[in-house]
Amino acid sequence: MCDPKKLDSLKAAKAKYDEKVDKVLQKIPERKKAFVNTSGIPVHRVYTPLDMEGFDYLQQLGLPGQYPYTRAVQPTAYRGRFWTMRQYAGFGSAEETNERYHFLLKSGQTGLSVAFDLPTQIGFDSDHPLAQGEVGKVGVSIDSLWDMEQLFAGIPLEQVSTSMTINSPCAVLLAMYLAIAEKQGIPFNKLRGTVQNDILKEYSSRGTYIFPPRPSMRLITDIFAYCTKEVPQWNTISISGYHIREAGSTAVQEVAFTLANGIAYVEAAIKAGLKVDEFGPRLSFFFNSHLDFLEEIAKFRAARRLWAKIMKERFGAQDPRSLMLRFHTQTAGCSLTAQQPLNNIMRTAFQALSAVLGGTQSLHTNSFDEALALPSETAVQVALRTQQVIAYETAVGDTVDPLAGSYYLENLTDQVEAKAQEYIDQIDRLGGAVAAIEQGFVQKEIGSAAYSYQREIEAGSRVVVGLNKFQVQEDKLQDLLKVDPAVGDRQVARIKELKSTRDNAAVQQALAELKQAAGGDTNLMPPILKAVKTLATLGEICDTLRSVFGEYEAPALV
Amino acid sequence: MRKIRVLAAKPGLDGHDRGIKVICAALRDGGMEVIYTGLRQTPEQIVAAAVQEDADVIAMSVLSGAHNYLFPRVMELVKEKGIQDVLVMGGGIIPDEDVPALKAAGIAAIFGPGTDTKDIIGFIQENVRKQ
Repeated sequence: MCDPKKLDSLKAAKAKYDEKVDKVLQKIPERKKAFVNTSGIPVHRVYTPLDMEGFDYLQQLGLPGQYPYTRAVQPTAYRGRFWTMRQYAGFGSAEETNERYHFLLKSGQTGLSVAFDLPTQIGFDSDHPLAQGEVGKVGVSIDSLWDMEQLFAGIPLEQVSTSMTINSPCAVLLAMYLAIAEKQGIPFNKLRGTVQNDILKEYSSRGTYIFPPRPSMRLITDIFAYCTKEVPQWNTISISGYHIREAGSTAVQEVAFTLANGIAYVEAAIKAGLKVDEFGPRLSFFFNSHLDFLEEIAKFRAARRLWAKIMKERFGAQDPRSLMLRFHTQTAGCSLTAQQPLNNIMRTAFQALSAVLGGTQSLHTNSFDEALALPSETAVQVALRTQQVIAYETAVGDTVDPLAGSYYLENLTDQVEAKAQEYIDQIDRLGGAVAAIEQGFVQKEIGSAAYSYQREIEAGSRVVVGLNKFQVQEDKLQDLLKVDPAVGDRQVARIKELKSTRDNAAVQQALAELKQAAGGDTNLMPPILKAVKTLATLGEICDTLRSVFGEYEAPALV
Repeated sequence: MRKIRVLAAKPGLDGHDRGIKVICAALRDGGMEVIYTGLRQTPEQIVAAAVQEDADVIAMSVLSGAHNYLFPRVMELVKEKGIQDVLVMGGGIIPDEDVPALKAAGIAAIFGPGTDTKDIIGFIQENVRKQ
């Protein structure tokens, strides 16, 4: 980067500086003996061009929209249009959640993101014994096409992009969405959105699995294959590091375990007979944005570069779109405190800024009351406004990847990439992501990082403002959102009504066809779509699949 | 004297197990024996495991909001099985206004976000049945 003569004089100047620092340190020691980030990467006092020796601009960064996409996947990035502001929302009944969606769209949100309750995510109807107490709690309850229609009432599906956080029963919820589109008269190729559809991180970090890995991977690749043909603008998966990070991983582990899962999906799809450039362009990602501001920006950039290399070099992808890591970001829920909750607005704002400086395609900002309850309307509005302030007032989107070339940031980007690659190599040696999860490797790595983090907080070496430093006596936050406990009973009554009014013979016929397809190797999307249209419930469809696939049993690890 | 035996459990469908796993590790480092049930345990399974493991403590974590159903249900079964001398505690995202009813149902303590694990260890040592 620098001319060699100048580098020599820089070396001399740096040596002098180091001497001076030694003297200063004798009088005034630094705050810590060693500065190390969450990934265990030492942070030096100062970075200079000496830290960038051998730096090759075109090879390591390229221009925006050019391989290896370190700077951005699009040539104009936010100068063209801002990221999609997409708040994850859902609670209670479809009717209540639909109201929240209309509120968010009216407030200037540009995409929807559906949170489903746990019974829905695990493929149980609201009347299942295990659903007791859980209906409508962490998201909206969807039992059948009836609920899904209510959820999107008054929302023209060709005008919004919709993200659905659904994994194990993803095919069923996607089929319901398609069935509504059909009713609204919208062709599938006009639909835009994303399904999470990422089972591997459920086994390692999030817990909403149903089936064992093998049939789960088949459901995923069936969705890839179906959407490639029928719903070409749909993002067929959102390979998620978010939950891995929330479970306690470091930034490097987040990149490594996410991309290792990505590799497993690509391999599974190729094995299922798909071509990498058919489905590669529709893969999308989902990351966390945590507290270490610069480490996070480096992480996003490193992930983009590493994925581009993996797709090109490992899988031979040719289509540039297959090489582009496009991602959604959510700020770190685990960084929020129940103490002095208004401080969470600041935490979220910095994390959101990291995500934007890291080039995210869409963003969810957490609400300040989320360590206490699901977000209230006021809190969610502040969260959305935070994004709007960053977009419209701070001007950070006026030039692409503005922090590129920072000696520290480029060095850190390189190190995050290199350390993530080491983990990926280790996972390859274990037999890939599925094997590494089955052996508990990923879970153990995450668990021990989580425990170290907690011990740092308790020892006071990691300061959490308002929690272990600067505490105050405070009044409790008022106006928290409360989910009506009667929603469970209402959903149960609705299922009864559904089952007494639908054509049950048609349902049974559709479920029998699904069962037969599940036992064979044809694509499961068409029979699932047929079943949801007969008003078969989510639980009935998942039970049919359970009867063929069996259920996953988590290894005992702790 | 034998070590304090803790049954750590995740009742309900909630998959957030970072907290309970951290607590398992901290209790072990604090000299206790910990058995972790894993995810998606019914109240019946938890109480049966507590009996089988001869647990002194049941420590449950719920972040899904289902605590008002699950915690009292566990207490009902604890009473049915006649193991009321077991110390039952809960943690997770539990709104303050729900705490009095849970305590009235017999849950000895509720620990929220930001709790220091030393406080949990201290609470168990002070309140566990004396052997």
